[in-house]
Amino acid sequence: MRKLTYWQAISEATVQCMAADPGVFVAGEGVDDDKGIYGTTRAAYERFGSSRVIDVPNSENACAGIAVGAAAMGRRPLMVHSRADFMFLEMDALVNLAAKWRYMYGDQGGVPVVTRGVVGRGWGQGATHSQSPQSVFGHFPGLYVATPASPADAKGLLVQALRSETPVLLLENRGLYQVEGDVPPEPVPVPFGRGRVARSGTDVTVVAASLMVYEAERAADLLARQGVSVEVIDVRSIRPLDDDLICESVAKTGRLVVADTSWARYGFAAEVAAVVAENVPDALRRPVRRVTPPDCPAPVSAPLEDAFHPDAGSIAAACLELVGGDGSAVPRLTGVTAGFVGPY
Amino acid sequence: MSSVQRRLVRDMVRIRCVEETLADLYREEQQMRTPTHFSIGQEATSAGICAAARRTDVVYSGHRSHAPYLAKGGDLDAMVAELYGKVSGCARGRGGSVHLMDRAAGFGGSAAILGEMIPVAVGAAWAFAMEGAPRVALTFFGDGASEEGTFHEALNFAMVHRLPVVFVCENNQYSIASPLSARQPPGTSIRERAQGYGMPSRLVDGNDVFAVHEAGTEAVEWCRSGNGPYFLELVTYRWREHVGPGWDHDQAGGYRPKSEVDSWIARCPIRGAADALRAADPDIDARIDAWDAEFRAEAGRAVERAKAAAFPDVRDLLDGAYEPQTHGTGRGRN
Repeated sequence: MRKLTYWQAISEATVQCMAADPGVFVAGEGVDDDKGIYGTTRAAYERFGSSRVIDVPNSENACAGIAVGAAAMGRRPLMVHSRADFMFLEMDALVNLAAKWRYMYGDQGGVPVVTRGVVGRGWGQGATHSQSPQSVFGHFPGLYVATPASPADAKGLLVQALRSETPVLLLENRGLYQVEGDVPPEPVPVPFGRGRVARSGTDVTVVAASLMVYEAERAADLLARQGVSVEVIDVRSIRPLDDDLICESVAKTGRLVVADTSWARYGFAAEVAAVVAENVPDALRRPVRRVTPPDCPAPVSAPLEDAFHPDAGSIAAACLELVGGDGSAVPRLTGVTAGFVGPY
Repeated sequence: MSSVQRRLVRDMVRIRCVEETLADLYREEQQMRTPTHFSIGQEATSAGICAAARRTDVVYSGHRSHAPYLAKGGDLDAMVAELYGKVSGCARGRGGSVHLMDRAAGFGGSAAILGEMIPVAVGAAWAFAMEGAPRVALTFFGDGASEEGTFHEALNFAMVHRLPVVFVCENNQYSIASPLSARQPPGTSIRERAQGYGMPSRLVDGNDVFAVHEAGTEAVEWCRSGNGPYFLELVTYRWREHVGPGWDHDQAGGYRPKSEVDSWIARCPIRGAADALRAADPDIDARIDAWDAEFRAEAGRAVERAKAAAFPDVRDLLDGAYEPQTHGTGRGRN
């Protein structure tokens, strides 16, 4: 199959969906500029122009409400944020209104606003430019929250989002943008709530989202050389969550590591642990391990930043702990963010 | 009396009768278990503006929602049933007083978070502009909402894109118990904020239904003609407490004296309209009395129907949280 990078897959999905549905439009700060949100909106702008790829004022809260209003009138807005942290400014419109619209107005239709947020981790992006807000949004009924980890899913989940009748958030880790993979040429939707086994294994299950899937696969490579067989589950969406796939895997391996780019408390990692504890409590032969950032904001200074972000090395160490292996045997891994070349 | 004048007065009387009926029952029965914000005393704003809109235009409002809903033609039975939490309610008992919607009538929705529906109306207007449809969005909000950031963001956006949206500020001078003077700088006005974005605007006596209607008509036609947004500040006053059926003047810790409330009751928009029309229509008082009886009876029938209706089935609690799973796998859990 033909290969695309993650960002090219997003771009292709956007163009194909806009061609198929004249109601789709792209809006966001800088979506029409030369960089085109890491290239993801550039082709759409070149093909459809400024009437459908629209730069907006720096007004995240109102723009989310405006998208709700446009969606209520039959349009399909695709809102883009080049830093997901700015999505906190639109939480009223997304959480208090979009998520609840269908329910609190008596099931008379939804407001299918699609919001892409780029997790901006790179060099020293720091406390407010590299957060992963999936767990925050995953808390609220009425939203779908997808976390594509592969180029194929970056395309397929966006296609699904733009055909959905429910508000969808897609969180894209910038570290994945240069990753290449097989991507179907056609706009094939990937359904929400169906995870994938990114790699089969028998000793430990690593459940991960977004960039941590990539890191978990690197950890699995490393551990395979030490005779440890790791199964990597890519959840694809954290809401809905593929409880069944997670539980089936843990029932097989008896060991669970959850890896996330956001904090452990009340987060995706906690939710996966709860799903396993509630559904297959007897399957666990060892305690659950969560591999997440420590409880502080993201720092800037390079050594601190390296220590802050979870990566293949910390996932491998957690797996080894669960199988009783020797953690000191794990070599130090570098180049955490898959395709990031800098600067910034 | 012209047919428009007749409609304006009738609409105000109807809103007054419905709301007074509901307020009495709300207090006496304790069966409407939904926080309810009455527009009693400020009916001219909704009646005047909505009469200037077409059925295909869409109106949004904040929490003080009954009056714009009714004025836009929202279904009375469905609204009353919603207040009683019945499945026949306009939101099937999910939304309550602050979450009204009647899409067929062009009432696009009301919301309880201040300012939230202002950008939604802008988005609807954006959709109309994209389609080239000759439709206008209108959004009612209070003086309090003009302090929210989204108010400013929405006005700016609407002006940048020249969208057909009428911003209708019902300035009733209080945000719960906080007077405007405690919340906004002296020597400024809400209307001036719109002017700061280059938007045409008017300051109107919000208790003069004919003036409101005239301004609303100008605003709606301005928008429909493709000139961009328009801002109206309508100065008015609510007679009752912020939320609930009571009179709250001169209560312990009261924020406004009875004399102030009385001075605004003396400026009742219905009485004001009657006074203006009496010379040309000596029978106006008898007409209003007849409408009053008609609409109190109508409200009473709506209440009876609401009481007779069923509550939502608890087994349907989750219905509407998500779209029907037509294309999902049914595997993932929300």
